[in-house]
Amino acid sequence: MEDKDNLITVNIDGHDLQVPAGTNMVEAAAMLRKEIPHYCYHPKLSIAGNCRMCLVELGMPGRDRATGEPMLNEDGSPKIMWMPGPAIACGTKAAPGMHIKTDSPKALESREAITEFLLINHPLDCPICDQAGECTLQEFSSKHGRGYSRFIEEKNVKPKRTRLGPRVTLDDERCVLCSRCIRFCDEIANDSVLGFTDRGSYSTLTCFPGKELANNYSLNTVDICPVGALTSTDFRFKMRVWFLTEINSIDFETSVGTNTVVSAREGKIYRVTPRRNDEVNDTWMTDSGRELYKIVEAEDRLTACSVAGEETAATEAIVKASETLRGGKTAIVGSGQCSVEEQFALKALAKSLDAVSVDLVARYGEDDGLLMSVDRNPNVRGALMTGLIDTLPEERLEDLGSKIDSGEVRTVLSVKEDLTEAGLSEEQLSKVDIVFLGTHRNATSEKADVVLAGLTQFEKSGTVINQQFRIQKFNRVVPGPRGCIEDLYALSTIAANFSDEKFPSTVGSIWKQLAGENSQFSELSFQSLSDQGQVLDGSAFEHLPFREGKSLHFEPKREAVAAE
Amino acid sequence: MSIVIKRKPLTLMEKLYLPEIARGLSTTFRKLWEKPVTLEYPEQRPTIPEGYRGVPTLVKDPEGREKCVSCQLCEFVCPPKAIRITPGSIPEDSDYAHVEKAPQEFDIDMLRCIYCGMCQEVCPEEAIWLQNQFSMSGYTRGEMVNNKEKLYELGGTLPDEHFKWRKKKESAEKGGGHH
Repeated sequence: MEDKDNLITVNIDGHDLQVPAGTNMVEAAAMLRKEIPHYCYHPKLSIAGNCRMCLVELGMPGRDRATGEPMLNEDGSPKIMWMPGPAIACGTKAAPGMHIKTDSPKALESREAITEFLLINHPLDCPICDQAGECTLQEFSSKHGRGYSRFIEEKNVKPKRTRLGPRVTLDDERCVLCSRCIRFCDEIANDSVLGFTDRGSYSTLTCFPGKELANNYSLNTVDICPVGALTSTDFRFKMRVWFLTEINSIDFETSVGTNTVVSAREGKIYRVTPRRNDEVNDTWMTDSGRELYKIVEAEDRLTACSVAGEETAATEAIVKASETLRGGKTAIVGSGQCSVEEQFALKALAKSLDAVSVDLVARYGEDDGLLMSVDRNPNVRGALMTGLIDTLPEERLEDLGSKIDSGEVRTVLSVKEDLTEAGLSEEQLSKVDIVFLGTHRNATSEKADVVLAGLTQFEKSGTVINQQFRIQKFNRVVPGPRGCIEDLYALSTIAANFSDEKFPSTVGSIWKQLAGENSQFSELSFQSLSDQGQVLDGSAFEHLPFREGKSLHFEPKREAVAAE
Repeated sequence: MSIVIKRKPLTLMEKLYLPEIARGLSTTFRKLWEKPVTLEYPEQRPTIPEGYRGVPTLVKDPEGREKCVSCQLCEFVCPPKAIRITPGSIPEDSDYAHVEKAPQEFDIDMLRCIYCGMCQEVCPEEAIWLQNQFSMSGYTRGEMVNNKEKLYELGGTLPDEHFKWRKKKESAEKGGGHH
């Protein structure tokens, strides 16, 4: 987008600004840190221009009609011909010499008038509205409103508490008819189910007859709704947004690595929302990824370490795990759900244990061309980059199964993976000693001799590498349950038990070692990694047959080659 | 640094001692016949002036509807963080389904409360009031936390006649002048 040759000069409130041709004036003003208030404009959607909130004064350098010569002021500067009426900034693309005024009396008067019109039929039920606190109508009403109502007639009545779909609730009275949700469904989700019925002040947002807003991206309409018309049924009345602490995180659902913000209050997570990253997920996120926070308080959560079914302290469990692994003939089953740091520690552990084999378990699902990729492991690329594995993982651990059958493997360390689900039989599992490090109860944790209760991605920090080989970091949102132990700490402590060297056990310290050993990571550290992530060179793994389809900002390289 | 304050020398009357005793006792006897300024608390109770900031309570409107809609502004504004609300939704078959939101739990920790009245000031629904009760006691810390039930018991009914939500329901039923 940054086309240096194609910059044009516009003038906003007297400041000259160089912008790429085609930039609309809302974005241009944002470059000068001037906010032009808007409801219907959204950077990732088409321009509708129906809220009229972004009205500004607009002028172009004048030209003499007879001669076509530029008209000049007495001092030689071009004479600006201001339009008599205001124009919408979102629908105005930058043109050479264009002048706009965002805070002239006429612009301010327009905003005040629009705000008054929007508030005429607004129910003003902020005390029971979930959007309160992050509502642009609230913000702009206090900034640009007149503070009192001149409306003495009766307000419109529209449907309230309407179920629009399984996850979205609609309150039509609050709607300002910006049509962002309609455009989102049409343009991004490709599931046209929303539309306006009736005209004028009767206009009402509804689903088409017999349809409902049920696609896996429906909750994005809630995010982009500038008011409280569309609200999340899951988050409805759970917590006011001003209490929530927002922490940047990464969605662990697929290898896309959607950037997210996780909101929590006092150790309890309330919602997950997308974070803008123009290279990964724009401003969108799947609905299924937003539900992942529920694993933190799931019923089957492991809340204490145990040895042979008996609950023990984490330190004892680690000692016992080291003893079990000392038996030799150990196979390691790692996970694409682990962070890069954990995979690095696991690799060190595999080396010092002289492990028979190191496997990962692949998870595949259907992709949707947007933010759900085929690969449902968030961090298989991390395992490749750290050198934990050098081929792509299989869905079933048949190789490991035959090694157990032949007696080649006596002990299995499984990190986060359910071995039964990965294709090992009960009989095979009973032949080996199992150390399980994971977060939830499953068939493997029931069978395991030592269970180390680990932390979910919301309770620890780390990095993951997505399908573009973009390394992105996630941060701890809430503390883990009392009996749990941080996965990285558990792995490094066990690794330290098997080697003479002290192995770092925190994310920050492990990065020093990681950067030292692996040239790919040499310029990086956890602290310096930006929230937008950084693309690493994945060319060494290009020959691997990644099963990836196209997603929002990713083109599979292999298919592209074939197409050429 | 020390300051030396010189004692005033006694006057003749003071030196004589007995006149001063008599003067003191005269005050005693004079006050004995006047109306006492103290109260025999707890048998006697003071009259509470209007606008007194006593224990915060929750009130209902004359219809018996709980006025609080759990907007949590009081929880937000409370300086000592004494208020704790779990918001909830009003079921759709309720008479007040149009209000949509009501507190599931509402706790005020009276060991934390500083009786500042900010909660009353901030409440958009006039649901929380600091009324005239000033004495709270209990044997445990738990007893000193007023739950929702206790708060409504303390609060009673606010005799206001806004009926804002009833009016809203009525206008919805007759179409609000439209449709």
